[in-house]
Amino acid sequence: MSLAEKSSGFRSFLRTLREHYRIVHSNPLGRIGFWIVIFFLVIAILAPWLAPHDPWEMQYDKDGNFASLQPPSWKFPAGTTHLGYDLFSQLILATRTTFIIGAVSGIISILIGANIGLFAGFYGGKLDEILMRFTDILYGMPFLPFVIVLIALFGRKLEFVILAIVLIIWRTSARVIRAQTIAIKQRQFITAARARGCSNLRIIYRHILPNVLPLLLLYASFNIAWSIITEASASFLGFGDGNTISWGGMLYELWLSGKTRVAWWWFASPSLCIILLVTSLVFVSRAYEEVANPRLRKR
Amino acid sequence: MSQSPRLEVRNLSVRYQTRGGEVHAVNQVSFDVFPNEVFGIAGESGCGKSTLIRALMRLLPENGVSDADLIQYEGQSLDRMSEKKFREQVLWSKIALVPQSAMNSLNPVYRVGDQIIEAIRNHTSQEKHEARSRVEELFDVVGLESDLMDSYPHEFSGGMRQRAMIAMSLALDPGLIIMDEPTTGLDVLVQERILRRIREIRSHIASSIILITHDIAVIAEMSDRIAVMYGGRIMEQAQSEDLFDTPCHPYTLGLKNAFPSIQKLGQELVSIPGSPPSLLGKQTGCPFEARCPFSIDQCVTEIPKIESLGKNHEVFCFRNTDAPQMREQATSMSTWHSSN
Repeated sequence: MSLAEKSSGFRSFLRTLREHYRIVHSNPLGRIGFWIVIFFLVIAILAPWLAPHDPWEMQYDKDGNFASLQPPSWKFPAGTTHLGYDLFSQLILATRTTFIIGAVSGIISILIGANIGLFAGFYGGKLDEILMRFTDILYGMPFLPFVIVLIALFGRKLEFVILAIVLIIWRTSARVIRAQTIAIKQRQFITAARARGCSNLRIIYRHILPNVLPLLLLYASFNIAWSIITEASASFLGFGDGNTISWGGMLYELWLSGKTRVAWWWFASPSLCIILLVTSLVFVSRAYEEVANPRLRKR
Repeated sequence: MSQSPRLEVRNLSVRYQTRGGEVHAVNQVSFDVFPNEVFGIAGESGCGKSTLIRALMRLLPENGVSDADLIQYEGQSLDRMSEKKFREQVLWSKIALVPQSAMNSLNPVYRVGDQIIEAIRNHTSQEKHEARSRVEELFDVVGLESDLMDSYPHEFSGGMRQRAMIAMSLALDPGLIIMDEPTTGLDVLVQERILRRIREIRSHIASSIILITHDIAVIAEMSDRIAVMYGGRIMEQAQSEDLFDTPCHPYTLGLKNAFPSIQKLGQELVSIPGSPPSLLGKQTGCPFEARCPFSIDQCVTEIPKIESLGKNHEVFCFRNTDAPQMREQATSMSTWHSSN
């Protein structure tokens, strides 16, 4: 591949990126959601430099007293815990954990879901039967209990939290992509590609995949949102990674401390963050949904 | 036609397994395509034209089974070739297809030029810029501006997409191009332009063309030789002049009647009554028997043989020796509309 070709490949990648930005941006809610997600992303990346205090260090107020259960103030914008930890720093560092979990499980699950859906839909017959019955079995599994059992078995590690989420969450994307694949493989241009001597794999990845891409991105953002919620739920129930801070984990600490009725700020900030980020992701996916499903578009 | 044929097909049959039983879509079809000729296959909807092509190109749906005594391309047997070899060495590089409703045959998410480039690079080791200049050449041949390469299919009109598909089929100089209903769904003016373009292309490429259509006017205008299909069989096969001057099969006679003549304007057309046969189950007689005004008892119980009338003229009819009388009678309306 020559340099010129590479740069044209890069340029077309930039063009695609700009195209996607345009799609999200043309929808007002999508635009708001997009910028909120970017805001959280920046916080996640810069977390260690942004956090004003060590999240596990007891804080003292200006009189030198132990700062236990302080409501939000200038010094501690999100208040403190009963042990005097700074909640604002915890929130910032938890953003990073949340993003890692959301992005990694969102991306892995969409990769699994897309491939299973593409292959099941394209080949049909026995393979479809096997893959889809397997998907049905996963549909029979209650999500959160499965995650909890898996973590209980393997241990409270971030990797296992991600694994547990990924194992379940691909199921919906697989089904949707399969349905779309079946619709697209009937189209004339697939027969034309076959008449041109394209192999099955080439047809799947070069000719069908780009046509299911809007749907894929829609489900990618859904999966990310779902992963974040699931992680928060699991952490809240005490099945998160004990060594990293997450928003759900902060709520779990609150529960353990028994101060739920007293420390409203401890309860409010992580919840608000979860709601804000997940809602923003849903807004972004809705903007994509209008591409995948033009009937939703306003005329 | 002393040359050896480019494509030889002997006794090709295709069956579809359906819930209602076995459909014999194509039965015992044999034909040759010679170098540089246009071989027309005519027939009404459901007569097996497209199935025949799909079988040749191995594009049959999963419930379709084909078998043939012989399918040869320039002496090389195609029916015993492995799937992979067929795909890599025959499809598109030797036999190219301009599919039915070519207008929907371009992938909507890629630029038209890129699709042709991708297809070229998929089969050859050409660099991207080489392939690109080849596409420019091809666009010129089919009469498209070369800067249209960077447009998406939805920015093309129907006729332009059709021409792009023809350009795509020409890309690797295949020895045989199959055009399945190349003008269906286009308006008459665009049709004419496409046909003129195909004729022009013909004069400077060495490919043979199989032209499939239900439009008898198109086929008369374009083809050197014509096969008329009905009920999954070839009814009559001849040089096009012979087929129109001295048709021998009752079905061809009927088709000719249904085609308006410019000399007898205002005259009511004589149509063939009835509708095409169901191809479900095994055939026991001539498929055209039920609609044929000249049928005899033998037509119901026995399947006719293909009889050669010399000069590459073949006909699938017991009464082929009575052709002159039948030709006489077939022009009058009463022959067709009273006997049944």
